[in-house]
Amino acid sequence: MRLDIRLPIGMIFTIFGILLIVFGVFSNPSLYAQSLGININLVWGVVLLVFGAVMLFLGGRAMFGAHPTGPANPPAGKRQH
Amino acid sequence: MGLTSIDWVIMAVYFAFVLGIGAALKRYMKTSADFFLAGRSIPAWVCGLAFISANLGAQEVIGMGASGAKYGILTSHFYWIGAIPAMVFVGVFMMPFYYGSRARSVPEYLRLRFDEKTRGLNAISFATMTIFSSGISMYAMAKLIQTLHILDTPFQHLGIPHAWIFHTGIIVSALVVLTYIYLGGLTSAIYNEVLQFFLIVAGFIPLVWLGLKNVGGWPGLKATLGPSYMHSWVGLGSPHTNRLGVEWFGLTMGLGFVLSFGYWCTDFLVVQRAMAADSMASARRTPLIAAVPKMLFPFLVILPGLIAIALPTQPPPILSGAQGSAVVAPAGQGLIPAKLDASTGQPVLDNSGHPQLDYDLAVPNLLLHYFPTGILGLGLTALLASFMSGMAGNVTAFNTVWTHDIYEPYLRPNAGDAHYLMMGRMATVFGIAMSVAAAYLATRFNNIMDMLQLVFAFVNAPLFATFLLGMFWKRATGHGAFTGLLSGTFAAAVHHALTIPMDAIPGVKGGWVTVLHIYPSEMAQNFWTAIFAWTTCFLVTVLVSLVSTAPEESRLVGLVYSLTERPQESNLSWYKRPAYLGAAILGATVLLNLVFR
Repeated sequence: MRLDIRLPIGMIFTIFGILLIVFGVFSNPSLYAQSLGININLVWGVVLLVFGAVMLFLGGRAMFGAHPTGPANPPAGKRQH
Repeated sequence: MGLTSIDWVIMAVYFAFVLGIGAALKRYMKTSADFFLAGRSIPAWVCGLAFISANLGAQEVIGMGASGAKYGILTSHFYWIGAIPAMVFVGVFMMPFYYGSRARSVPEYLRLRFDEKTRGLNAISFATMTIFSSGISMYAMAKLIQTLHILDTPFQHLGIPHAWIFHTGIIVSALVVLTYIYLGGLTSAIYNEVLQFFLIVAGFIPLVWLGLKNVGGWPGLKATLGPSYMHSWVGLGSPHTNRLGVEWFGLTMGLGFVLSFGYWCTDFLVVQRAMAADSMASARRTPLIAAVPKMLFPFLVILPGLIAIALPTQPPPILSGAQGSAVVAPAGQGLIPAKLDASTGQPVLDNSGHPQLDYDLAVPNLLLHYFPTGILGLGLTALLASFMSGMAGNVTAFNTVWTHDIYEPYLRPNAGDAHYLMMGRMATVFGIAMSVAAAYLATRFNNIMDMLQLVFAFVNAPLFATFLLGMFWKRATGHGAFTGLLSGTFAAAVHHALTIPMDAIPGVKGGWVTVLHIYPSEMAQNFWTAIFAWTTCFLVTVLVSLVSTAPEESRLVGLVYSLTERPQESNLSWYKRPAYLGAAILGATVLLNLVFR
C-alpha cells in the first residue's frame, strides 16, 4: 500500500493526546465538576496518546521497516510493543 | 456552550488531517481505476472499517441515540438482526460475484448478469438517492451546528449575521468533502472513513463511560427505566407489548431479511468499499471484519440515548412567545427537551395533546452535559466526522455510478480512460453542488424530503429479490428482473396507499387511496411494505423469467453460483476463511441476543 493509513491516524491521535494531557494538567479543576470530578481531559488524553503511539509504531514498521508485514488484523490496539 | 480555543484547535487539526490525506494521495490518482476503485489495492481491515464508517453517518450516530431514548435496547435489533446476518451473507456468498466479475459497480453487475435496462433503472434511481442522502446529511449537520450554538460566539465577535451559521455549516462541509474526494478519489474517502471511525469511537467511549458511571451502571439504568427499555426480545410476541409496536415476525422478516439484506448486500455505497479490496479473499473478509465493530456499536450509540432519558429531568427553558411574552416550554424527559416547531417556536403536540420529545437531541445534549472544554472539542469532532463520512460515502458512490453506469454507456461511450477520470472529478463537483441544492430544498420543503424518502423505500425494498435470484438461479432473465423490480416498487406503493399506522392522518404516512388495514405503528407498516414488495418482486421475476428465453449459460460464468468455481481458500489460515469467520460472528450475535433478551 502506498501510504499506510495507520501513520496519519497515529499522528492525529498523538497530537490530540498531547493536547488533552497538557490542557488537562493546566486547566482549572472546577472545570471537571460536570464530568463527575474526573479530569477527563487528562485521563482520555493518555488513552489517545497510547493508541496514537501504537498506530504510529505499526504503521511505521509496515511502511519503513525492514520486514514489511501485511497488516493482518484489525487494529486491536494491543499488540506486542 | 463553553467552547474555548482548545476545542477549536482540535477541530482545526482534524480538518487539516482530512484535507492532508486527500493531498497526499493526489499523486497516485493516475487512472480511472485508481480514482473509482482505489486501484483495488486496499487491505481488508481498512476496507472493513470503511465499510461500516460509510454507513456511520448522521442517521446512525444521532438517529440510533434517538431511537435508544425512544425504544430502549430494542433498538439493537437494527444491528443484531438488521445488519449482522446480511453482512455475513454478502461476505460469504455474494462477494465472489461482485468482486470476481470485475464489475466496477453494483449496477454494472446487473448489466453483466441481466441486461442494459435493469442496470439503467438501478443506476438512475441509485444516483438520485445518493444525492438526496448526502444533501440530507449536510442539512442535518448545519441544523445541529445551529441548534447547539457552536458558532454563535465567534460569529458575534466577527459581526456576521446569525443566519449565516447555517450557510457556513453547509458550505464548509461541502468544500471539505469536495476537496478530499476530488484529490484522492475513493482511496481518500476510505482513508478518511477509517480515521473517522476511530474518532467516533474515541469520542463516544468516554461519553458512555461517564454516563454509565453517573446513572449507576447497568443496574442503575435498569432500575430507573424499567423492563420495557431493557430487553431486546421480551414483549415481541405482540406489537402491543413492546415499545417498537412490531411483532417478531414483521421484525425478523421485514427488518432482518428484506430491508437489511436489501441494504447491506446490494447498496453500492457499502459494496464499493469491499470492491476496493486488494484481493478476493480481502473483499470477502471486508463485511465480516466490519461486522465485529458493528455488533458492538449498540453500546456506543444506543446507550447514550438510554442514559440521556434516564438522567433527572432538566428544568425547561424559558421561550419568548409570539407577543414577546415569556412562555415556559413543556418539560422534557431526562436531557431530552420537548420538541418545538421550527417555524412557530411552539411545542409540537401528538394526537392526544401531549408534547412530543425531540429525541434527536439526546446524544448532542449528553455530550454537552458531560464533556468539559477540551474533550468537548473531541466529541464535536466525532460528530462532524460522522456527518462527513456519511456524505463522502454517498459522493464516491455517486461519482462512480454516474461515470460508469450513466455517462459512459449512454452519453459518451469509448472515450479514453483519462476522459473518464476527468469526468469522475467533475461528477464529484456537480454531485456535491446538487447535494447542496438538496440540503436547501430540505430547509424549505420538509414534506418533499419525507416523500422522497418514501419513494426511495419503495424502490429499494424489492432489490434483494432481484440479486438473490440473479446470483443463485441461472434461469432468471433480464426481462424477469426488470419487470420484477418495477412490480415490487409498485406493490410497495399500493401497500402503502391502502394501510396506515395507528393515530396517523391519511397522506404521506399512508392510506392515501383508502384504508384497508391499520398497523399498530409506523415501523410495523414500513416492515410489512418491504415484505410485500420483496415477495411481489420475487414472484414476478420467477414467472416472467420462466416465460422468457433462458440466458446463455456461457455468458453467466462468474456471475451465477452454480456456474462459478468456488474461490480457493485452502491456503488461508482458518481465521481468515470467510465461512469460519462468518459462523463465529453469527454465534457471537446469538450470544448477545441471549444476554440482552
